[in-house]
Formats: sequence, structure tokens, C-alpha cells
Amino acid sequence: MKVERDVIAIIFAAFGLMALVPWVAGQTLDGVFFTWPFFFEVAIGGLLSGVMYSLVALGFVLIFKASGVFNFAQGAMVLFAALTLVGFNEAGLPMWAAIVMTLGVMVIQALLIERLVLRHLINQEHIILFMATIGIAYFLDGFGQTLWGSEVKMLDLGISQQPGFYFNGTILINDFDLIAAAIAGALVIFLALFFQYTAIGRALRAVADDHQAALSVGIALNRIWVIVWAVAGGVGLVAGILWGSKLGVQFSLALVALKALPVLILGGFTSVPGAIIGGLIIGAGEKIAEVFIAPLLGGGIEDWFAYMLALAFLIVRPQGLFGEKIIERV
Amino acid sequence: MFYREAGVFKTSYAADQALLTIPQDRRFMAVILAIAFIGIPITANDYWLSAIMMPFLVLSLAALGLNILTGYAGQLSLGTGGFMATGAFAAYKLATAFPDLNIIPVILIAGLITTAVGILFGIPSLRIKGFYLAVATLAAQFFLIWMFNKFGWFTNYSASGVIDAPPRAVFADIYVTGTEATPLAKYLFTLTVVVVLTLLAKNLVRSHIGRAWMAIRDMDVAAEIIGIPMLATKLKAFAVSAFYCGVAGALWAFLYTGAVEPLAFDVNRSFQVLFMIIIGGLGSILGAFLGAAFIVLLPILLNNAPGLIGLTLPTDLVSHIEFMVFGALIIFFLIVEPHGLARLWAITKEKLRRWPFPY
Repeated sequence: MKVERDVIAIIFAAFGLMALVPWVAGQTLDGVFFTWPFFFEVAIGGLLSGVMYSLVALGFVLIFKASGVFNFAQGAMVLFAALTLVGFNEAGLPMWAAIVMTLGVMVIQALLIERLVLRHLINQEHIILFMATIGIAYFLDGFGQTLWGSEVKMLDLGISQQPGFYFNGTILINDFDLIAAAIAGALVIFLALFFQYTAIGRALRAVADDHQAALSVGIALNRIWVIVWAVAGGVGLVAGILWGSKLGVQFSLALVALKALPVLILGGFTSVPGAIIGGLIIGAGEKIAEVFIAPLLGGGIEDWFAYMLALAFLIVRPQGLFGEKIIERV
Repeated sequence: MFYREAGVFKTSYAADQALLTIPQDRRFMAVILAIAFIGIPITANDYWLSAIMMPFLVLSLAALGLNILTGYAGQLSLGTGGFMATGAFAAYKLATAFPDLNIIPVILIAGLITTAVGILFGIPSLRIKGFYLAVATLAAQFFLIWMFNKFGWFTNYSASGVIDAPPRAVFADIYVTGTEATPLAKYLFTLTVVVVLTLLAKNLVRSHIGRAWMAIRDMDVAAEIIGIPMLATKLKAFAVSAFYCGVAGALWAFLYTGAVEPLAFDVNRSFQVLFMIIIGGLGSILGAFLGAAFIVLLPILLNNAPGLIGLTLPTDLVSHIEFMVFGALIIFFLIVEPHGLARLWAITKEKLRRWPFPY
């Protein structure tokens, strides 16, 4: 893949600013504590949580690429997958069997969504499809909680949540975050290989490029949609496992999806590497802003900082870092 | 047979440009207004007025505002809740800072303050559209709610972050806010505001401004080429929409609930209003009202339905089932009629016109 020079420059500038602004704040303002080891600790924590944002954003990108549907239900799918997994696990299945069963449920879900919803909405405007996914999101939220109950559930993978010291004991990092990042990285590599080298992956890329051309060479669009929704469901399951064991499986998981939106804006709606790098920038930027800049504003800016960052970025570069520049003609 | 456009002869320009040109429509509207202003106050009890009609009217107004922006001008917005909160808090600050000010200017100025905020957050719309714009308005939503939560100045340093509407009268001692106000007075005041603003919106969307909005919605590049100024027109849509949402927020805080915290206007409120216009019909004034009625009444119906057939379910289960039915109904409506309830109404009129012949 050819990467524009601007993009690399922007990424370096973003990370440079993230270091520069807190440093200046630490030098000039009272009440902002700044040392380099502490900064790196915050930054690495942010990057690792950014990986988790990337995971949710990845599900969005997959569906948007293949069907042009902006899938608002991705967050609900994360919640539903996590609830189903915990439900199976509590019913007595071992963890691996529960994961396999949940994957099966996600495939069935993809089939049903295609059959009951998408098939009837072919050729509708984007906003109608977007609304339909909001409807799916509501349905899944309600269905999952009706089925499995709404109390907060614990999901224990047997990974320690204890922080460990690295780099001669100067930087404190949560082991769990490291493992989560490794799993997310493995998933991304797997997806990249899947898209690049399998027949299904090639068909998916063909559909993403041009629906009509793909149809004319005999690719069944409906089947591709089922596959892509199932894959997005699988990605949702991984995200649900990781987020769920960090925060507990509860309704707020569905809200993580909203945090994935600025990630998408930053990375571009159609780019898998964009989702990853966007997630890293948002994750790190948010944490750094919360720790080093928020004290000046009264704290709690994590709620909106990512959106403001995305908004500022949109004005400079509307297509995102890796997005396709769409030229519209009359 | 029952509904005819034919046979109406207009003899003046005024008659030609009237809002309702067909006598049947005029009579129908008169009946609706008579029911709203006379029928409902006589028959409805306090519960109906304050728990059903008030949220319906206030949310209709918000839906009307969003429909101007999203339905007519084509700019997808998820910031409705933030704008409503701005209206509510601006009205609160005005009412407490100027105790002698009448409630009507308070609400209007609150709407104008929201207009300024709306224009500010509408500026990015020049460069971005569609889902990108939706995320940009989401930034407005989260930022505004955070701001009202964080800075005590907006709530006059109330410990709980809740604002209480001070008692205010329209005329001498007809109170419409505070504890002395009767549900009837609140209802009639809100109804009047909604009717006046609806009339304004109806006229606005058929003026040159409304036509410019629709041109931009249908194809922005083409609109620019025929000489419609993009920035000014889009910002006008944001301004008008924010004004309506701001007034709706002020009415919500002052007349409907009486006390409100910023969380009442969180992102779910934005989605709720978006549902209203999509179910009601994008780009339709009537649609805003039909959608609001649907979304306000459906949860009440779903809450009471198990009781009616003799079932008692735990409340959390009811709320989850409510979510499910809600989601399923949205999908159902989108599949059956993507253009919303307003379109169904138009189809009904066509059928009435041709009855008993099929075509």
C-alpha cells in the first residue's frame, strides 16, 4: 500500500504534539505534574486502550467497506456477544466451548440481519440504512438483556489485572493491557491475511471496490454481506471479551461504540490500518489530555476530547488519514 | 370522493398563496386546533395534560427543529440534546438574573442564545457532510453537556447540578412555571408557542430559504452552481434548527419537568428526536408531530400492555422488552415505509380522493 507523505507527516506531528503540549504545560503552569517517565506511563496506557478502540472501529470499517452501511449496531454487537459468552459460560460450558458457541450465535445473527433487514432495504438511502442499524442496536440491547439479565457480570480470563514494572522499574504498565494489545494485533494480522489471500477475502475487496462490477463477475452480494456481518460479529466478540474482562460485562459496553466514531473519522471510514492508527492516536491523545490538560479545565474532558480532536481534524482533512478522497461530480 | 383538490377557484394572489388552499383542509385544521385548544383542556385530566401532552408538544417542537436541519437541509445532526440543554440553561440563567423579565422574552432570548451556539457548531458543515457531520455534531452534544455539568455558574452553583424553574407568570397572576402553575396553564402556553412556531416553520420551508435548503439537500454541488450561497444557507438551517431546539429545551426545563439536570439532554435524547423525524417522515412538518406522538405514546403503551392482558412482569424486563419492540418497530417502519408516517398520511389522502375506484 502506498502511503502519502502527508499522512506520515500528520502522524508524526500528532505524536510530537502529544509530547510537546504536556511538556510545555508542565514547565509553565502550576498544578500540572510532568516528568518523562510519568508521561511515558500515561502515553503507553493510552496507546493500549487505543488498541481497544481500534478493535471496535475495525468492525465498523469491515461492514462499511463491504456494504456501505454505517453500522451503528457494532457496539450493541459487542455487548450482545459478551453477554452471550458469559451466559454460556455460566450455564456450565468451558470457556473455549462458550467462545465457539458464541461465534455460532454471531453467524446466525449475521444471517438473520441480512435476511430480515438488509435484504429489504437494498437501494435505500444511506441514512435509512443507518437508521435501520440503530433499530438493530436497540433490538440487540433489549434482546441480550432480556435473555441473559442486566446485572453486571464478571468475565475472568485468568489474566492478572495487576500492574507490573517495566524498563528498570520506572514505568508502570498493566499486564492485561499488554496481552489485550497482543490479541488485537494478532486479530488485525489475521484479518489482513484473510483479506489478502483467501478467495472470500478477494471477493470482499471486490465488493468494497465496486458493487456492480463484483455482481457482474458472479459474486453473490447477499452471501458477502452475511460473511462480512459475521466477521464483524467475530471482531465484536473479541472486543467484547477484552472490554468485558476489563470493565465487567454490562450495558456501558454498548457505549464504547460511540468512542469508535472519532477513531473512524481520524483513520478514514474505509481503511483497516486507519482504524488501528486512529485508535492509537485517539487513545493516547485522550489519556494525555486527561492527565496533563484537564486539571486546567476542571477535569473530565475524556467525554468530549476525542470528538473535538476528530472535529478539528475533519476541518483540515475531511477524508481522514487513509480514507479515499471522494470527488463528486454533478 | 371524500377528498378533492378540484373545484377550488382562486380569485386573488393572496388566496393562491394561502397555507391551506383547499376548503376541506382548512376545515380539518380548524377542527384539529379546536380539539387542541378547547376539546383537550375540557376532557383531559391533569395526568394526561402533564405526562402525555406536554412531552408530546415539547418533543414535537424539537423534532420540528431537527427536521428543518436534517429533513429539509439534509444535514444529519446528533446534537439536538446539546442544543436543548443550551436552551434550558440559557433560560434558567436569564430567568434568575432578570427576575422581572416576562417568561416569553426569556424563552425567546434563550432560543436566540442557542441559535448562536448552533451557528458555531454548524461551521464545520461547510467542509463535511453525512456521517462525518453527525460525528461533528456529536462533539457539540458531549461538549455542551460536559460544560453544563462542570461549571457551577450555569446552575447558579446548585450542589446537585439540578436547575429549578422559578415561578413566572405570562400575565398578572397566570403562572405557567413553578409550583403554582396549573397543568392546564402550562399546556395552553406550550400549545400556543408550538402552534406559532409551527406556522412560522411551515411558511419558512416554502419560502426561498426553504427552497434553498431543499436544493442543498438534494444535490449540494448543483445548488451551488445555480447560485445558492452554501455557507449562508447551511448556517441558516443550523440557526433556525437550534432556535427551535433551544425553545424546546427551555419549555422542557421550565414547563414540562420544572427541574432538570444536564443528563436529561444526553445523547439518548438526540437519538430519540432523530427517531421521531425518521419515523414521522424526513422533510415534513406533519411528520415531526406524527413521529413525536408515536415515540411518546409507544413506551406508555408498552408499559401498560402487560397489565391490560393480566400479566405482571418485573420492571427491568419490561424496559428490555420495550427496547426490543422499539428496535423492531423502527426496522419494520423503515422496511414498509421508508418515508415515514407522513407519507402514509399522503397515501391515505390519495386513496380517499379516488374511493371507491381503485385507480
